[in-house]
Amino acid sequence: MAEIIWGLATSHVPSIGAAMDHHKTTDPYWKPLFDGYEPARAWMAAHRPDVAVIVYNDHANAVDLDLVPTFGIGAAGSYDVADEGWGPRPVPPVVGAPELSAHLVGELVDDGFDIATFHRLDVDHGLTVPLSVYCPDPGEAWPCAVVPVLVNVIQYPQPTAARCHALGKAIGRAIRSFPQDLKVAVFGTGGMSHQLAGARAGLINSEFDRMFLQAIESEPEKLAALTREEYIREAGTEGIELIMWLVMRGALSDRITRVHDTYHVPASNTAAALALFEDLGEA
Amino acid sequence: MTKAQDNYLLDLAASRRGYAINRLCGSLKDPENRHRFSEDEAAYCDAYGLSPEQKRAILERDWTAMLDLGASIFYTFKLAVLDGKSMQHLGGVFTGMSAEEFTAAMRSGGRRFG
Repeated sequence: MAEIIWGLATSHVPSIGAAMDHHKTTDPYWKPLFDGYEPARAWMAAHRPDVAVIVYNDHANAVDLDLVPTFGIGAAGSYDVADEGWGPRPVPPVVGAPELSAHLVGELVDDGFDIATFHRLDVDHGLTVPLSVYCPDPGEAWPCAVVPVLVNVIQYPQPTAARCHALGKAIGRAIRSFPQDLKVAVFGTGGMSHQLAGARAGLINSEFDRMFLQAIESEPEKLAALTREEYIREAGTEGIELIMWLVMRGALSDRITRVHDTYHVPASNTAAALALFEDLGEA
Repeated sequence: MTKAQDNYLLDLAASRRGYAINRLCGSLKDPENRHRFSEDEAAYCDAYGLSPEQKRAILERDWTAMLDLGASIFYTFKLAVLDGKSMQHLGGVFTGMSAEEFTAAMRSGGRRFG
């Protein structure tokens, strides 16, 4: 059976990817953030998954406003890297895990989650930046296959935090029932507090972020109980991306240990964080 | 200069109101469309069925008016990048600062509310 070996929560700010693509990670602006990643990267490099299930949102690249699925899963054998308007990132294409995707979709639908599926999905910074946070120098190919899981966080109303947490639990059950001996990592991406538009642009709420960074480990129910309006008020109109961390947390078992975390302001207009948890498996 | 409201939520009413402007900005992910837009912006706006207000906002780069007319920042940002403008530039526009002032505010820990 497949097993979940770790969960990674990480911001997916495009400029974090650009800093790597343009070799700026040792510049004074970026060095503190990338130094903060280092212990997590070293640990993950020693604990390679076969497949990464990456929970993210598209940013007007593969999904437009004609059709907005609340939850979706990529079911393809490969995914091209999106041109978001300034050319694709110089990173390898993403190899899918279509058998695991099909298994997840089947299990989730039977579990009451009516999932949209994608066969053509150009993956944008929401997915590729977290991969780069995990693996900064992939060379010709990423070191794992990927199942993209998409959450609508752009169009209101977004799914509730509680629904995201429940989806994560269902994804965890589905992964653990996949009849192949695969090691799986689950990524929850986005956040932390940030707001791009409006008079509150530039919002950072470190107190909320620090609370969230702690509670995601042992009190996810507390975070799942917050309303979308509370996320928007406290973490900003784009900080609501944090609901995707709850999908990751839901997929992990109750027996987890925190390997590393880091928090830094700013990455562009965003509070950036990483939190890495080893999943010790169900008792 | 249009003054920004505190928050812009892309609900279904905004998405309906801003459909044409978001579709135009979204089309700029395609290099050929970026070229066509740059050749004749007004004709491109007409081809995408923008209202006169939306067309003015695009041609004059009135970033706040675009939001008021239903645009999403994730769409208009593609136009900003085509212009060589950063998210810090837009943040400055929405908050009455220069891009440099906005960047400095972020580097000093961001803007706090409430």
